Amino acid sequence: MAAKSTTPETGKKSNVSKDELLKYYREMLLIRRFEEKAGQLYGMGLIGGFCHLYIGQEAVVVGLEACTKEGDKRVTSYRDHGHMLACGMEANGVMAELTGREGGYSRGKGGSMHMFSREKHFYGGHGIVGAQVPIGAGLAFADKYKGNDNVTFTYFGDGAANQGQVYETYNMAELWDLPVIFVIENNGYAMGTSVKRSTKSTSLYGRGLAYGIPGEQVDGMDVLAVKAAGEKAVAHCRAGKGPYILEMMTYRYRGHSMSDPAKYRTREEVEKMKAEKDAIEHVRDLLLGAGLANEDELKAIDKQIKDVVNASAEFAKESPEPSVSELYTDIYA
Amino acid sequence: MAIDVLMPALSPTMEEGTLAKWLVAEGDSVKSGQIIAEIETDKATMEFEAVDEGIVGKILVAAGTSGVKVNDPIMRLIEAGEDANAAPALIMAARPVAAPVSAAAAPTAAAVAVVAKASPDWPAGTPMKTMTVREALREAIAEEMRADPNVMLMGEEVGEYQGAYKISQGLLDEFGPKRVVDTPITEMGFTGIAVGAAWGGLRPILEFMTFNFSLQAIDHILNSAAKTNYMSGGQLGCPIVFRGPNGAAARVGAQHSQDFSAWYAAIPGLKVVTPYSASDAKGLLKSAIRDPNPVVFLENEIMYGQTFEVPDLHDFTIPFGKARIWREGTDATIVSFGIGMRYALEAADLLAKDGISVEVIDLRTLRPLDYDTVLASIQKTNRCVCVEEGFPVASMSDHLASTIMQRAFDYLDAPVITCTGKDVPMPYAANLEKLALVTTAEVVAAVKSVCYR
Ligand SMILES: Cc1ncc(C[n+]2csc(CCOP(=O)(O)OP(=O)(O)O)c2C)c(N)n1
Ligand SMILES: [Mg+2]
Repeated sequence: MAAKSTTPETGKKSNVSKDELLKYYREMLLIRRFEEKAGQLYGMGLIGGFCHLYIGQEAVVVGLEACTKEGDKRVTSYRDHGHMLACGMEANGVMAELTGREGGYSRGKGGSMHMFSREKHFYGGHGIVGAQVPIGAGLAFADKYKGNDNVTFTYFGDGAANQGQVYETYNMAELWDLPVIFVIENNGYAMGTSVKRSTKSTSLYGRGLAYGIPGEQVDGMDVLAVKAAGEKAVAHCRAGKGPYILEMMTYRYRGHSMSDPAKYRTREEVEKMKAEKDAIEHVRDLLLGAGLANEDELKAIDKQIKDVVNASAEFAKESPEPSVSELYTDIYA
Repeated sequence: MAIDVLMPALSPTMEEGTLAKWLVAEGDSVKSGQIIAEIETDKATMEFEAVDEGIVGKILVAAGTSGVKVNDPIMRLIEAGEDANAAPALIMAARPVAAPVSAAAAPTAAAVAVVAKASPDWPAGTPMKTMTVREALREAIAEEMRADPNVMLMGEEVGEYQGAYKISQGLLDEFGPKRVVDTPITEMGFTGIAVGAAWGGLRPILEFMTFNFSLQAIDHILNSAAKTNYMSGGQLGCPIVFRGPNGAAARVGAQHSQDFSAWYAAIPGLKVVTPYSASDAKGLLKSAIRDPNPVVFLENEIMYGQTFEVPDLHDFTIPFGKARIWREGTDATIVSFGIGMRYALEAADLLAKDGISVEVIDLRTLRPLDYDTVLASIQKTNRCVCVEEGFPVASMSDHLASTIMQRAFDYLDAPVITCTGKDVPMPYAANLEKLALVTTAEVVAAVKSVCYR
């Protein structure tokens, strides 16, 4: 592995405990291994349709989930597996939904892009680019209405940031001081279109300023930076000061979905990111460099994660297809 | 071939009637359309015309008989030299003449004889080439862009990415970024821009990555593009083609798998095109690009890779409003469009093996809709099954069934059956997805049931 941009000393300076770093390590690794496995199952024909992997972006959800408390909500796009794992949804249920089986979170009826968990306050899983943005503000509207201090994390991509409904939402969210954190996961591309090819206003968080919403750009490959920015945004929201925008600068290593010609970026660009900015390697280096953990400890964690992921794949293969009677259930509440 | 003519039902409530008078006698030859009898129902006296030509072999119910049950044979038509006592090969309902239905009948209920337009799409002997639907669409766009500098293509990933489904592959290279325009993901915005551009003198072809995303822009399609010609007293026509894949793809779940054919077909001011074959895809898309109106052009992802014969002609178009009869038949008519044609043709093949001869009609355009071809076929077969992948409620099939009921009720020997997708959001699970779609087996069963087989 090449040298990291963050030196091992940073780990010490940031005063982050071993437990906290290990937690991030574990959670990010779970997402990565899970996604790798999903890619394999797709290749075996066990997963169909679209399957948008989150590999590369793990630090964003893991850092932000570290800022949440019970009752906080989250909503995102179709690139949603990482968000579900990070908020505590079971790997088994997510994987079984990917294979379209009864044991999946939507009993096989939603698929990769459409999973939900009321229990974990995860509101999807949305396939229409940008549509989750006003929905997230609506969840926040309900919290404010009820008078609690919960916040809603509303995740969307750099491409989604060009949808008009995002700005309609900004206007109302600030007008009504809604406790919503808009998390723009700027991974540089919307399918094959780079941010530069879709806008001249490339400071995406900056667009909120026109509506009076504060925001900032964050190194989304650094889980500690994400966590720090998340704390600030959450404090702003919980204090009743209205919405906040976090533009997470991140990168997706894999194609947009499973079949992606990938002609819009160079292999070198991808390799450089992996080598210099990888979020998991970064935490690993912090742990090892500061002497907070040794290789054996990390290996043991790797093994645990691998077991969880393999078990989820087994579960997803073994779980039966939904019963035929499910075709007509759940259409109405 | 002897044909038995049956006592028809002349109103939805009629179960029996009186055969008031025969206007022909045994041994007379009759022509198709000739009035042969008068029948009294509870509401009116109706005149009957023959639906086929032949010789009156036998009058089975004497004039003046009352209480004749609907569907009882009343007369046997034979060919010269045929034995009138031989068992009939065909049973056919007589056709009532329009005029004296009950006073309450709606004017559109008139059962008017129509003649199918049988003119072929290209001259006989035209050399053919094979190509996929995808290539056909691309060729249509490229040819029209070469012919008219105001034609341009706009949409997400149409240029540098070469099209999300590769319809626009190579077009950026040929026509440059001025005419092949990549947009941000902002359907509402770029659709409105396309409407303005059309009013400003361009002829935009707007690609929706899939029609699911047209819902983000539906206000501009309906309220801006479709209505303004009318609202401006004919001043502001809007020549745009809205095109892209529509309908169910494979395993992509409810938000990415639905058929909007009936939705768009409901809107006056839009034209709606649903090609099945590559030749129709090409010929109809060229017509769409030249049309002065907004055209919703509904493709299907599953059909993109299918290969068909396409005429090797330079300037080949297919006019709107002209259905294609893919297969002639005598026992029942299947009406479909777009990918529904797959089920229709497969079913017709299977049914032929069971000795049921099915006429298969591809509507090709839903607006305008070629009612005449459909009605003419039903006058011949007297049975109809409509097939589509869309939702069952307020479907195109419902519209067809209702039109057939209003305009050809007396030709029907069975209710029209609609075979559609199921009344559920598209499930992701492989087994449920199969069940949610219409199947060939369902179409076969429907045809058998209208044939009482
Ligand atoms: C309204 C709408 N338009 C287009 C699409 C097709 N589409 C799916 S994902 C995507 C790119 C979105 O990019 P971005 O918002 O940056 O998110 P990322 O995939 O990078 O996570 C597009 C164009 C869609 N799903 N919905
Ligand atoms: Mg992106």
